[in-house]
Amino acid sequence: MTTTAPETGRSPTGERPARARRRRPLTLRRRESRAGLALVAPTLLVTIAVIGIPIVWTVVLAFQRVRLATLRKTGLFGDFTMDNFDRVLHTPGFADTLWVTLVYSVGGTVGSILLGLVAALVVRRPFRGRTLVRASMLLPYVAPVVAVTFVWQVMLDPQLGIVNAWGQRLLGWDAPVPFLSQESTALTTVIVFEAWRYFPFAFLFLLARLQAVPGELEEAARVDGATPTQRFRHILLPQLLPVIALLGVLRFIMTFNKFDDVYLLTGGAAGTEVVSVRVYEFLTARTDIGAASAQAVVLAVVLIVFVLIYLRFFGRRVG
Amino acid sequence: MDRDLVETVSLRWLRRLVIAAFLVVTVFPFYYMLVLSVRPIERLLLDPGSLVVGFGELTVATYAEVLKATDDGGQGFLTFIRNSGVVAVAATVLTLVVAIPGAYAVARLRFFGRRQVDFLFLAVYLFPSIVIAIPLFVVFSLAELRGSLFGLVLVYISQTLPVSVYMLRNYFETIPVSLEESAAIDGAGRLGIIRRVSLPLAMPSIMAVALYDFMIAWNEFLFALLFLVDKPDRWTVSLGLSLLADGVEVPKTVLMAGSVVLTLPIVILFFASERLLTEGLTSGAEKG
Repeated sequence: MTTTAPETGRSPTGERPARARRRRPLTLRRRESRAGLALVAPTLLVTIAVIGIPIVWTVVLAFQRVRLATLRKTGLFGDFTMDNFDRVLHTPGFADTLWVTLVYSVGGTVGSILLGLVAALVVRRPFRGRTLVRASMLLPYVAPVVAVTFVWQVMLDPQLGIVNAWGQRLLGWDAPVPFLSQESTALTTVIVFEAWRYFPFAFLFLLARLQAVPGELEEAARVDGATPTQRFRHILLPQLLPVIALLGVLRFIMTFNKFDDVYLLTGGAAGTEVVSVRVYEFLTARTDIGAASAQAVVLAVVLIVFVLIYLRFFGRRVG
Repeated sequence: MDRDLVETVSLRWLRRLVIAAFLVVTVFPFYYMLVLSVRPIERLLLDPGSLVVGFGELTVATYAEVLKATDDGGQGFLTFIRNSGVVAVAATVLTLVVAIPGAYAVARLRFFGRRQVDFLFLAVYLFPSIVIAIPLFVVFSLAELRGSLFGLVLVYISQTLPVSVYMLRNYFETIPVSLEESAAIDGAGRLGIIRRVSLPLAMPSIMAVALYDFMIAWNEFLFALLFLVDKPDRWTVSLGLSLLADGVEVPKTVLMAGSVVLTLPIVILFFASERLLTEGLTSGAEKG
């Protein structure tokens, strides 16, 4: 954390080449370098101002005693304290939240990649209506999160929902299942939602990679007598593994940081409180900025540790 | 029968089955949303398992309620649509204005710190938006920017910028350098080259990025919630809809009508440009 955060906040000023003292025609190389910096400057500026500085600031806030009400009185470098971390780490439910976040992230990542892989394999070869099928498969990913979480809520509703209506009628369920509000099913449901909503992301990447696999490879294997499953296992899968490894990191990071899906589906109730939702609660309900920041920093540190471990194991494949 | 034949035949059928299953799973929720939005709530309570809208049952009263201004007893979604539209278009245009030169520079020009820029974008991705949200929440509270659409646009630009630069850079790299060099020999300056040669060639990719940015901005929820919640006349569609659910008992059918209003522009845009998007998003993905 502390090693990466200042990196992102580093300003470009130090990297600007020293101005030529005397007016002398610039070499092409120098002109190129100047043009490059000038063109990239707006991007850097926005990223540093709206992302870099806030990240550093969150770290600073995490070590201060700040509430929204007392904010104006607190200086930027007021008294530093470990109080927030102490409070955050010892508030009941902290370990649970971390565990839930982990289960949710791993479940969502694995689920979405598996679904995406199956989807990519089945629409790989041309068939009638393929374009339409492919487009439909992307729907969950492009549709607004608020709308899709609402539909899921209504579908799974114990009174009005179609899942319970059909479950009772066709599958003989004794009583309606409150999928999103009972502890035994809520987390699983949220993970299934996550897999459903994000499999198109994995699907797109895997499909692109599959289509780049040279046809001769498979042809040769077929001639050598490899059956379809063998061809998948020994030809396609090795080709796909680097992409799968990359997707693993990307999806894990994105899911670990996810806020809206869980917040909108359950509000963090019934054992689905992930760290992001908890940070939000600290920030808005308790207006305890210090504690919210500390919690967010813990989230970021845990994430970085996981990603580093992952890269150690799969690093060569991702690279 | 040998194993190869058994596998080939059974996989052929399995494949059809799986495609059908995927279609149902992905399309059904949207169909369900649409059906519910045009059924009266009493009918839904009587028969929650029905999937067709009975003749004479069809109603658009739900839409009327959602769209009408709050003064007329509606939910004021027309205002929200306008807000969302303004924010999304502004964020898209500004992101492109910033990202195109940036991506070009990273793709083409050798300058000091070019590699670090790459790393910066990767690092940015790693941080939860909630981490960024805290200080922004604080700053916007202090600067009284909370409740301003401008502040929201600024945040959206920063959110879409890394991916936009990444996608555009990949595309710029595929344009042959020789084209630009011949323009340079003909006397074009750096900006002239970008405007006359690179931009026209990159147009498909730029359109794809624009659509991606628009979707992100239109769909976004967390920052809208944090910054706009006190100002009902500034709400975006996503925010308005989510708060509608929290409020006094609003029938689920009205919520579904709101969801359709929120989803429809994106779905139309998406199907109109699907090819462009899928190719734009993954161009360069083969490199892994």
